[in-house]
Amino acid sequence: MRELLIGNHALARGAWEAGVRVAAAYPGTPSTEIIEALAGYPEVYAEWAPNEKVALEVAIGAAIGGARSLAAMKHVGVNVAADPLMTLAYTGVNAGLVLVSADDPGLFSSQNEQDNRFYARMAQIPCLEPADSQEVKDMAMLAFSLSEEFDTPVILRLTTRIAHSYSLVELGERREVPLKDYVKQPAKYVMLPAFGKVRHRVVEERRLKLAAYAETTPLNRVEWADRRVGVISSGVAYQYVKEALPGVSVLKLGLTYPLPEKLIRDFVNAVDTCYVVEELEPFLEDQIRALGLAVTGKELVPRVDELSSVIVARTVGSRVAAFAPELVSPALAPAARAPEAAATAAAELPGRPPLMCPGCPHRGVFYVLKKLQLVVAGDIGCYTLGATPPLQAMDTCICMGASLGVAMGMEKARGPEFARRVVGVIGDSTFLHSGMTGLLDMVYNGSNGTLIILDNGTTAMTGHQDHPGTGYTAAHRHAPKADLEQIARALGVQRVQVVDSYDLEAVERAIREETAAAGPSVIIARRPCALLHKEKEAVYLVDKENCLGCRYCLELGCPALSFNGEQAVIDPIQCNGCGLCIQVCPAEAIRKAGEGNE
Amino acid sequence: MNNGVVNVLLVGVGGQGTILAGRVLSRAAASLGGEVKVSDIHGMAQRGGSVVTQVRFGPRVYSPVMAPGTADFLVAFEKLEARRWLYYLKDGGQLIVNNQELPPLPVLTGAAVYPDNLVAEMEKLVKNMLVIDALDLARRAGNVKAVNMVLMGALARRLPISREAWEEALAASVPDRFLEVNKKAFNLGWEQNG
Repeated sequence: MRELLIGNHALARGAWEAGVRVAAAYPGTPSTEIIEALAGYPEVYAEWAPNEKVALEVAIGAAIGGARSLAAMKHVGVNVAADPLMTLAYTGVNAGLVLVSADDPGLFSSQNEQDNRFYARMAQIPCLEPADSQEVKDMAMLAFSLSEEFDTPVILRLTTRIAHSYSLVELGERREVPLKDYVKQPAKYVMLPAFGKVRHRVVEERRLKLAAYAETTPLNRVEWADRRVGVISSGVAYQYVKEALPGVSVLKLGLTYPLPEKLIRDFVNAVDTCYVVEELEPFLEDQIRALGLAVTGKELVPRVDELSSVIVARTVGSRVAAFAPELVSPALAPAARAPEAAATAAAELPGRPPLMCPGCPHRGVFYVLKKLQLVVAGDIGCYTLGATPPLQAMDTCICMGASLGVAMGMEKARGPEFARRVVGVIGDSTFLHSGMTGLLDMVYNGSNGTLIILDNGTTAMTGHQDHPGTGYTAAHRHAPKADLEQIARALGVQRVQVVDSYDLEAVERAIREETAAAGPSVIIARRPCALLHKEKEAVYLVDKENCLGCRYCLELGCPALSFNGEQAVIDPIQCNGCGLCIQVCPAEAIRKAGEGNE
Repeated sequence: MNNGVVNVLLVGVGGQGTILAGRVLSRAAASLGGEVKVSDIHGMAQRGGSVVTQVRFGPRVYSPVMAPGTADFLVAFEKLEARRWLYYLKDGGQLIVNNQELPPLPVLTGAAVYPDNLVAEMEKLVKNMLVIDALDLARRAGNVKAVNMVLMGALARRLPISREAWEEALAASVPDRFLEVNKKAFNLGWEQNG
């Protein structure tokens, strides 16, 4: 049976069919759906871990313990998990272990667009790059066998266009893979220096065996066509090549580390001109050039942003068209000639940036932060939108959990007086992911700083996944609920306040108090995510007689509020009754629908 | 020119149901027996941003994303989004646009103005344009949220996919309790002539 699946669901299906038993992840676009899907299979234990490092460590333990296991994360999540990954490369596995890295070229929902294939090279472990959902499923299944055959973790690298694109997938049945025996092997699993030294040699031997495997595996294949032009490609870039250059010969690499030296050498030598087309960094190209082979790649194909068939047509395509126009797709020619002009015409229209939802509990906090003109060290979540107009109340956003360290560093650089003007802002899920150690640092090293935890009771940005503070697991079972107040106090913070995010006065009072107070403080601004809180409150409306047209309410950046030229208007469909606008209106011109005469 | 591949671009605003529409269309297209590829943009887009779903189907589909200037159909759930993505429509392609305005935040805050002549402007640029009041038709069908199925109905009439395949796709994508409303909306869309 064929079914339309996004890459992430195909991956979950493949892992399930391959007998995976344990899977762990921290949500992150574009990887989140993998664990959500695996949590639906009764044969699989799937968990949301507090962060990616823990997720990978759980997978490592499961694999050493004899179960096929999987860890999934977005590209920057692998940075968090890099520490166990680098040594996992030394210990190897017992049962198969697959690490899914979902990269985000084009930064659709990320803070950078790093190319995680380099992790495979750094760790000397195999990297697989599927090009559509069927390949995702096939490679997920193969990855477990490879992992066991070569005693190595395997990186399965997706990109947003693979992870989130649907294509047809042939479904199979699950093959139960019995638990492997667990045998105590300290020389393999206890990485003391003496043991690590020995294991590093094993890593090198394994790399050579994998390189030999790369020469013959069907993962790497040549599609011969016209031999005047050859293109080496992988992942979704392969699809763009097939679309833009239908007539050329292609070496499609599914295993992109380690590379098949002989296969590549033979291919390059068999064509007149060879191009390397890859998204982001010249990962393949640099290694191919190091073999002494003449190829053209990043001097034509951009290193930044996601690739497309049009970019391939415009770059490599126009080179090829100069001597062999019949190899190039005519359909893309107009777009390849004038894409910028068309996009510019569209760019003059009013933009439609993502924004906080109506009733979002973060809005009021950022409104107050802007009003108090504080320096805000921000973090990763929906609330990062607090950096955008009209709130614009965020100064930094680096990575998960960075708000605390950055606020601390600013204070240490500029002194305690400056600390009174700095706050760190972090979400509940992000705090539990990697904020707690930063808070410990503030306590330990004598900070006067203030941390605001925006507690909306979910991991909202990625689509409302549970976390240790929600009281539910990935499989929607009850779980102990981490208590943020207790955690802050246990870390040594004496000043901990809880305020209602919708109460602007209380939020402002708390921030004023805590930024003035000596020692580290934590303010927990609490309200459930407006998208989870389904019961709609009575909506608000504007009294035409009282509205002065001052536009103060528009400073909230609420999508339900607009200006008709003279007065404010509230869209009753969008309004969810949070009541922030009534608190900022200086003329008492906003009231609840149903109260007073209408 | 597209090697038998049909490109449909669905554009709208987060919350309008473009993603569900894309699922129904792709399921219906799968009935043709060839390949189907669909690309949505998730993540930050769901927060009221501009949303794009690309559906491509034909005997052999490589890229999950289409090139500008190659869309056979542009189905816009909102006027400003229609104009924004118009450059994806190929010469002679069909534009189906919902005659609805959803002002983006820069317009709400007064930082920008919503263009007032979008339909007239697009009429000059596009030969085949169908403007429909999908919100009104959805309301008539019984649910304002069925705008997406009104638009799918209007599109369906112009695609070589059987009515049965559409009905099956609809039933497979929509919860039972909303099926009747969605069918009604789909039929009202189907009846729109341009």
